[in-house]
Order: sequence, then C-alpha cells, then structure tokens
Amino acid sequence: MAKDSRLILDPLGDDNPITIQVLGICSALAITAELKASIVMSISVIFVLGVGNVVISLIRNIIPSKIRIIVQLTVVAALVIIVDQVLKAYSYQLSKELGAFIGLIITNCIIMGRFEAFALGNGPWRSFLDGIGNALGYGVILIIVGFFRELLGSGTLLGFKVLGDPIAKTGLYSIGYENNGFMLLAPMALIVVGIIIWVQRSKNPALIEDH
Amino acid sequence: MGLKQNLHNLKEKYKGTKMAPAFNAIHTFLYLPNETTHNGTHIKAADDLKRTMNTVIMALVPCLIFGMFNAGYQHHLALGAIESANGFFDTLFWSWNNLVIGLWKVLPLVIVSYGVGLLIEFIFAIINKHEVEEGYLVTGMLVPLIVPIDIPLWMLAVAVAFGVVIGKEVFGGTGMNILNPALTIRAFLFFAYPTWMSGDKVWVHGAVERAGTPDAISGETLLGAYAQNTSLAGIDYWDMFWGLIPGSVGETSKFLIIIGALFLIFTKIGSWRIILSTIVGALVMGLIFNGVVDAGWIGESSKFYGLMSVPFWQHLIIGSILFGAVYMATDPVTASQTNKGKWIYGFLIGFISIMIRVFNPAYPEGVFLAILLMNVFAPTIDHYVVQGNVKRRMKRLKTKTA
Repeated sequence: MAKDSRLILDPLGDDNPITIQVLGICSALAITAELKASIVMSISVIFVLGVGNVVISLIRNIIPSKIRIIVQLTVVAALVIIVDQVLKAYSYQLSKELGAFIGLIITNCIIMGRFEAFALGNGPWRSFLDGIGNALGYGVILIIVGFFRELLGSGTLLGFKVLGDPIAKTGLYSIGYENNGFMLLAPMALIVVGIIIWVQRSKNPALIEDH
Repeated sequence: MGLKQNLHNLKEKYKGTKMAPAFNAIHTFLYLPNETTHNGTHIKAADDLKRTMNTVIMALVPCLIFGMFNAGYQHHLALGAIESANGFFDTLFWSWNNLVIGLWKVLPLVIVSYGVGLLIEFIFAIINKHEVEEGYLVTGMLVPLIVPIDIPLWMLAVAVAFGVVIGKEVFGGTGMNILNPALTIRAFLFFAYPTWMSGDKVWVHGAVERAGTPDAISGETLLGAYAQNTSLAGIDYWDMFWGLIPGSVGETSKFLIIIGALFLIFTKIGSWRIILSTIVGALVMGLIFNGVVDAGWIGESSKFYGLMSVPFWQHLIIGSILFGAVYMATDPVTASQTNKGKWIYGFLIGFISIMIRVFNPAYPEGVFLAILLMNVFAPTIDHYVVQGNVKRRMKRLKTKTA
C-alpha cells in the first residue's frame, strides 16, 4: 500500500507534471488569469485523467499497439465531450469563458503522457491512482498560479474584491495601490511557473538537472 | 585610524562569515583593498568593473541634472507660471525654482532605484556566497532616467525588484544576464501599469492630479502627439535638440546625450559601432517611411500618416532613440560581442525602433522593446558571425593547401 500512496503523493511534489516533467504548460499559461477557471480546469482534468487512465488500463491488452494513439485520443475525446456537456448544462457562463480550452484538454500533454507512460503498463487501480495524482499535481500548480495572477492582476479572488474596489478607491486602493496588468498577460504566467520551479529546486537540490 | 582601516578590520573580523561580501563591497567600492598579490607579474589594467561602471555613471550625470531642471521647467511651463525658455542657456530654464521641483521629484526615484536594487544584490551575494557585483551601479542610475516623473515610488520599487531578480539574478548575476536589467524594469512597468507609463498625463509633474479639473494641464510627449496625428505648432526643433520638451526624466536632451556618447566613445567604454549603426538603422527606416508617404501609398486619413510623414532625421530628436542607442544598446553584456555582429545588432535596433514607433501608436516609444528584442538575438548574431569567419578561413586554408 505504501507504494500505492506514492502514486498520489509523488506528482504533488517531487514528480510534479508541470514543474518537473514540464508537461501541460500551455494550459497553465492560458487559463490561469482567474482562479475560478483554474479550479474548473483542474477538476476537469482530474476527471478526464482519472477515468481515462482506468479505461486505457482495462483495455491495454487488447489495443493493437500500432493504433494505440488513435484509441487513446478517442477515449480522451469522449471524456472531454462529457465534461464539456456537463459544463454547458450546469454552468453555461463558465463554459463560455473557458471556451476552447475545455476542448483542448484533449491536447494536454499530461493526459497522453500518463496513458503512454503508466496506464498501458499497469492495472486499473494503480492507473486510477496515478491519474488522480498527476491531475492533482497539475491542479495544484494551476491553482497556485491562478491565485497569484488573479490576486495581483485583478485584485480579486474567485471574483470577490478582496483588496477593495479599484473604482471607488476603497481598501488597498485608497492608499494608491494599483493592479498589476502584466499579471493578466501570458508571459507573467510563465514567469510565475518559473518562480515555482526555482523555489522547488532550491528547496530540493536533487531535482536540479545537470547538463 | 581612518575609515579605510576600520573597514579593513571589519573585513578581517567577518572573513568567512555570511556577511563578509557586504563589507567587502563597501570597502572595495570606497578604497583600494589593503592586500595586494605577492608573487608573479600580473596584467595591470586600470579599467576594472567598478571603474567601467563609474565612467558610464559620469556620462549619465549631466542627463540627470538636466532632467531635474527640465522636470521643474515643464511643470512650471504647463502651469503657465513662466514663459517658455529661449534656447539651452536661458536662465528661465536653469532657475532655482525648477531645480527644487526636480530635486523633490527625481531624487526619490534615484534613492528608491539604488536602495531596492542594491539591497537585492546584497541579499543574493550573501545567499550565493559570492562578492557583491557592481552591475547594479549603472542600472540604478539608468532607471530613474527612463521613467516618467510622476511614477509612484512603490511601483518603481516593485519593478526594480522584479527586474533585478528575474532579469539578472536568475541567470547568475552580473555578466550573465540576457536582457538589459534597466529595460526589463521599464518593460515591467510598461506592461504592469500602463496608465502610469504612457498616455498624455504622466510626463509632466502634476498633470495626473489635475486631470479632469479646471486646472488640467497637458503632459503629452511629442511622440504621443504625433501618434494622434495632431499638429505640433510652436515646437521648435532646437527645443527638441536641447531637450526642453516633456518626456522621461533623462532622455530629452539630445545635446547632453551626444556629449555623453562622445565621452563614452573617447573612454572606449561604449561601442561606437553600435551607436552609429543604431542611428543609421533608424534613419533608413525613417527614409523608407518618408518614401512611402511621398509615393502617395498612404493617405492623410491613415492612422500611420502622422508619424510616417515625420522627416526621417526628426526621429532622432523626438523620442528616446538616442538615449537608447548610447546608454542601453551599448551594454557590453547584452550586446553582440563581435564587431560585425555589433553593426547588425545596432542597425536592427534602430530599424525596429522606428518601425514599432510608427506602426503601433499604442507603443510610441518602441526603442526599449527593440533593444530587448535584439538583446535576445545578440548571441544568435554572434554565432553566425563566428561561423561565417570559420567558414571563410576554412576556404582560405583549402585554397592554400590545394
């Protein structure tokens, strides 16, 4: 059991899909301007990767290896469509905001990466844990980035004006604070991810790649 | 015992401790160290890093002093308190009242820039256990010169912290940076707080508070006015040359920048190749745009018309391209290293600067973006120049042996 728990815990820390494996960067830059979008994206990926890994693991012995990528894509596409439809049904506004990015979960490198690297060679239960773990690791980074970008860029968290009202000049804004517009641009997301990578590696020098 | 001996004793006392680099930095900045090497002959050269940096600062000081006077002058002029000065040496410009405003507004910028920047340098030196490097000396002087006069100090502090950490320290400190730190700081300010870095309010002290009131004053730069296609009646080209126009603190006086450039070239600190090729690049792009207008390909209704029809030589005196060419593009760390590379690098900076200036009215000052872009490409340019040399010599070798 100790080994199984590592499947969940490793991706959260020393084997994080974004900061260590450097997968899934694109969506981490694209949708993290708001915390809410980051959270929804994380939940969607947790669902898709968790279920997807189980499905692939179950049929791993009957997939002809020549067409396995196509089969994997079909599975992801089916799951993504489920997520998309659910969002459209229950949270139309959010689904409009996230737009193409839910559809683009299909191209999220983490998902194909875990299918190829793990689900094709392991049983359903361990694949499930691996899927959940990696998606959680992805989600943690997304939420950290989203938190800082929304807080510093818009002065809000989940839409609540935690720093005061920039137009009525209340809270922090009354003493001259202003939102950092750079935070809302994609380059700043890359820099925030870079800082996370920097902090993580300086805490644990074993992670530093030598070249 | 003088200060020097005291510092030396402190240095001995703290040798090997965490704080040692901080004491060393102060000691070697003020004095020649006590110990000298004991054996062997060494190369003797006077231009160590501190002296190089200080030479650039000396070249910048006239711009800073002029910037202080100009800050007060533009403020009083916009308020209607004084008549416009007649030429560079007019006492209306070099007046005590102007200097007071300038000191009051510009000195805090200098103090914040150096305070925050050097603090971060010291912290990183202590964490990484290396000596404090002098790289921030010039950056700290450049930063107050390239920001608008009314920028809030906390924004400057945030930007300096960002620029020094992300622009320099993550790459390994002085000498390892890809981007010019001063321009990284400006780019950060520009994208983070655009309302304080562009537009028609921030360039004259007091314009922001007065906006919307009956006392409102215009604080627009000439480039901003050109980009809006407004006519510029009453602005004298000599005013642009001497620098009696609104703009960032230290970039307005083309006259003093040229003097600074001559000083840098004379002391061999700045590369004349880069300065010259940047100017040539800017002139070429200006000529191309003039040609487009003359050929009638673009009408007066076009939003590019205003800036495109500016005579090509005027591009050199209305924006900060000269300042960029002399003090920013020549940064030896981020520029190309090979002589041929320097020509290409400088030419493209000038070329792209004017292109951004004309094509994107939202960024009337494209110089800093152009320099940052070419900073990124400088190693690539060098690579191809070196490869070209290698190829040519190989060919020569072959023909000789054949």
